[in-house]
Formats: sequence, structure tokens, C-alpha cells
Amino acid sequence: MIEQHAEIAFNDQINENTWLLGLRSSEIAKAAKPGQFVMIRVRRALEPLLRRPFSVCGVKKGLCLVLYRVVGQGTAVMACLREGSDVSVLGPLGKGFTLPKKDQLPILVAGGIGIAPLAFLAQSMKTKVFPFLMGFGSAGEIIDLEHISGGRMEVSVATDDGTRGHAGPVTDLLEKFLKSQKTEGKKLSLYTCGPKPMLKTIAETARHHKIPCQFSLEANMACGLGACQGCALRAASSEKSSYVLVCRDGPVFPVHAIDWEAL
Amino acid sequence: MSLPTPDLTTTLGPLKLKNPVMTASGTFGYGLEFDSLLDLSLLGAVIVKGISLKPMAGNPPPRIVETPCGMLNAIGLANIGLESFLKEKLPKLKDLDTKIIVNIYGHHMDDYGELASALKGVDDISALEVNISCPNVERGGMVFGIDPDVSARVTERVLKNTDKPVIVKLTPNVTDIRPIAKAVESAGAHVISLINTLTGMAIDVEKRAPKLANVSGGLSGPAIRPVALHMVYQVVREVSIPVIGVGGIMDHRDALEFLIAGARAVEVGTASFVHSRATLDVLEGLRRYCREQSVDHVDEIIGTLSTGH
Repeated sequence: MIEQHAEIAFNDQINENTWLLGLRSSEIAKAAKPGQFVMIRVRRALEPLLRRPFSVCGVKKGLCLVLYRVVGQGTAVMACLREGSDVSVLGPLGKGFTLPKKDQLPILVAGGIGIAPLAFLAQSMKTKVFPFLMGFGSAGEIIDLEHISGGRMEVSVATDDGTRGHAGPVTDLLEKFLKSQKTEGKKLSLYTCGPKPMLKTIAETARHHKIPCQFSLEANMACGLGACQGCALRAASSEKSSYVLVCRDGPVFPVHAIDWEAL
Repeated sequence: MSLPTPDLTTTLGPLKLKNPVMTASGTFGYGLEFDSLLDLSLLGAVIVKGISLKPMAGNPPPRIVETPCGMLNAIGLANIGLESFLKEKLPKLKDLDTKIIVNIYGHHMDDYGELASALKGVDDISALEVNISCPNVERGGMVFGIDPDVSARVTERVLKNTDKPVIVKLTPNVTDIRPIAKAVESAGAHVISLINTLTGMAIDVEKRAPKLANVSGGLSGPAIRPVALHMVYQVVREVSIPVIGVGGIMDHRDALEFLIAGARAVEVGTASFVHSRATLDVLEGLRRYCREQSVDHVDEIIGTLSTGH
């Protein structure tokens, strides 16, 4: 775990509501594993006060890459950060994905900005060919992974408004894929990140088809270290304590760890 | 010529600290969470997260939300409980070259006595900090610390069952904090720390629902500092026991405000979330200030406020 001021190598807008931030930190880039996150203090002021958590979406030549959408005050400030300035960053934090075993076919399912941790996973996997299913609101929100990861995945896109790819939720693509011949005789492993309704549907699918599934989850967070206990989610009843902490126990959780009703 | 190192040792009644900078309970976990990010042994004391007799799971999420220059939390005092703390956490803390202060809380008057007595004779614990800002089940959930008599009785209960210095942490959610400080002092408290968080809330206007599942929460961070400072100013004039200033300290200048107002030490809280070395930065800053002001001992700053009348 490293806390340092990292120089901004670039902070580029890549579509109508998404930015890609490159932080010069060979230490964090070296240590980060797919699914882990960093906490970024967007400016040295009292407002916004807290650091913001972001999944690492990839590493490249000593750079730690962060993909983000402007959704609130913190990310609005972040979008204005200029190349050459620096930000305080803490990371890598949390538990990441368990990589697929040799005999498993990984299926990656992303909703919107939930693509970020999965992009890093895609970059890190040894699997030759695997499906990467992505859902976005509209064609203008589609995130092109070219600048993040190599092209070993078979990308399928869904948009809510039908402006590109399948018209409907990305979970339709998953159902379709699971019914296809491509899964026959294969051990599957699901990896997903996205909005809550999507994750709940995928949790049901994973249970129904008995496919192991790892979810990257989020919560409001103050410290990222397990100290403030702010990022609690209700644990499945079989778990010992009734809450898990996204920062310490996650952000990646297996399907059976979470109380999906309460999420 | 190198300047002499100023003496930052601080005396809080029976409790002696190597410097006046501590971590505020609830913002620093059990200390160990920060172990790899800063040298805990440099701190005046580590005050750990509030401990209850039994483990507490805490409140449903969302538990925290950011507000202007601050944050609201409704963690629900989640903690691993007395037994696990003594077994799993304390052994890892005891070798640190700093004082370990355990914050305790209960929901019944008896809880406080039981906690104090369970920690009696545990040498690795240097003092107890008593959180009286929680609801009293025997009184229909009324917070202990808003009533002078109840505050005094909690204090007495702890003192009767401990051999350690007792710090009582006051809640600011009262009309006048002075009678409570006075009552706690009369009951025998060695030290008073203030303030705990201020009760507040935030609403999501789209959902027309509270942003915290618990509806209300405790406000902390720089937003509350002026309130905390004024209460410290009021209390030091009311009592003769030492006072610890807590509330929104982000840097050494903030800490100095409390010392100048009359606090003998400070606790740094929410700042540790923003910058994990905040406590050490405060400490370094204090040292620098003492040098610049030719202050040999930090005591020379305490209570030096000049109000002009």
C-alpha cells in the first residue's frame, strides 16, 4: 500500500461522459492487481473533503490508469485536472479478482463505467479468447478499450436505447451467450461490475446456472483502509458477521458473500 | 547552529504523553489499519475505536455521506467487542512506543462498569476514554451525555471499577456544555475530551429520502471546528481538570487554536481519512511553530489566548 503524490500524465475525455486518467506511479502500477482500487484526493482543499475510490482500469509503462465518469462534485473537479499537476493517491487497496483457472472460460459482463475493473482483468488474463459483454445507456457512452487493453476479447455491446448493438440490457447478452454452443462442455466463470439492478440479475443467473461469479461492488467510503467502517454491505446470512466492508473484504466478492436482497 | 528541539511532553492529570497529538476514536480503527502508512510510535497516544462488551455489527448502509467540508457518519459503533479486542488487537499494539487509550461505550449504566473492570490491570492500556454520546436503554434511548447527573454517574461507575486515568468525552449536542463538564469533573474524571460529533442529516432530493439509512448521523471534519473550539474555550474556563480538544483539526494551525484556547492536547480525527499521516503532520507543524516562536515547552502555548479584556 502506497500513499504518494502522483503526477498526472494525461486526463483525457474519451466520450461524452467518460475520462481516462493516467497517474505516474510505477510503485502503484507494479503492485496493483485487477479488481483493486485507489483512493484519490482530487485537490488540496477542504471541499471536496474525502478521497474518492476508483478501480484501477489498467497499468501501462509505470502508469496507473483510472477510468471515471463525472457524476458528482469530486469527479467534476477531477475532470479539470491538468497534465503535469499532481494528486494525492493511496493504493492499491482491497482484494481483487481471482483469475480464471486454465480450464475455465471467463465471461466478463460490464455495465457502464463498471467496465473499469474488468478492463484491467482482461489485460491481466492469460486466456486467449473470451467474451466481454458490455452495456451502455447509449452509443455516445460506449467506452472503447483500445487504449487500455489488448484485443483478445470478443466484444458484444448492448445499449438501453438501441443506438448500438443489442437494444436492451447487457444481461440479455449474457442469457443469450449462456444458451449458445460456445459454452458447451466448458467450465464457466463470471466476472462483473455495474449498476445494482444489473448485478442482482447476474447474481440470480449465476446461482441458477451454478456458475462461479465474482462481483466488483462499490459503496460510499471515507478511508479505504477498513478503519472507518463506512462502506459496509449486508453479508449473506451464512457469513459470520452480518456486514462486509467493501474496502477491506472486497471490492470483489463471490456471489455467496452478499445479501442481494439488501443491496 | 541547530535550533533546540522544543519539549512537547504533555501532562493530562495522571497521564503523561510524549506529545499532545492523538488519534480520535472511530477515525483510526484499532491503529493497525494505518500501521504500514505511518510510524504509530511517534504519536502522543493512539485512541482506538470504541469498544463495547459484545461485538456490534453496526448500522445498515449507507453509513457515511460527505457534506460541505465534513462528513456525516452513522456507523452504529460497529466494533469487534471487548474479548476480541484484547485477544486479537491489543497484543499487536502493546509493543508500540506510544500510549494506547481505549475508548469504551455502553447502552446500560452497568456496561460501563463491566468494561472498566474488565480492562483493570491490563497494563498495556494507559487510559480509558469514556464515550457518553450513546443512547441509554434504561432511559428510553436518551443519550447519557446530555444530562449532567447521568454523565456524572457514568463517570463514577467507571472510576469505581478502574485503576486507570479516565477521560470523559463530551457530546456537543446540548444547550450548554458547561454544567455537564462541571458534573463530570465533580464525579472525579481526570480529563475531559470534547467534542464528539454534532448530530446532523442530509437528504437526497431526487429520492426525497435521507442520505443515511439511519436518517441522522454524526458530523465531523473541518466544518465543526469553530463549534468545537468555542466549546473547549467555554469548558476550560469552567473546570480545572485538563481538557483535550477534538473536532475538525486538519493541520497544526488548527491544533494550535485549541491549545491557545486552553486544551492541553488534541485528537485528530477525520483528517486521517483524507491524509493518513495527518496526525504526524500536525505534530511536525507544532514542533516547527514552537521553534519559530522560540517556545521551549509546548505548555507555554496552552491557554495563552488574549481576548483583550
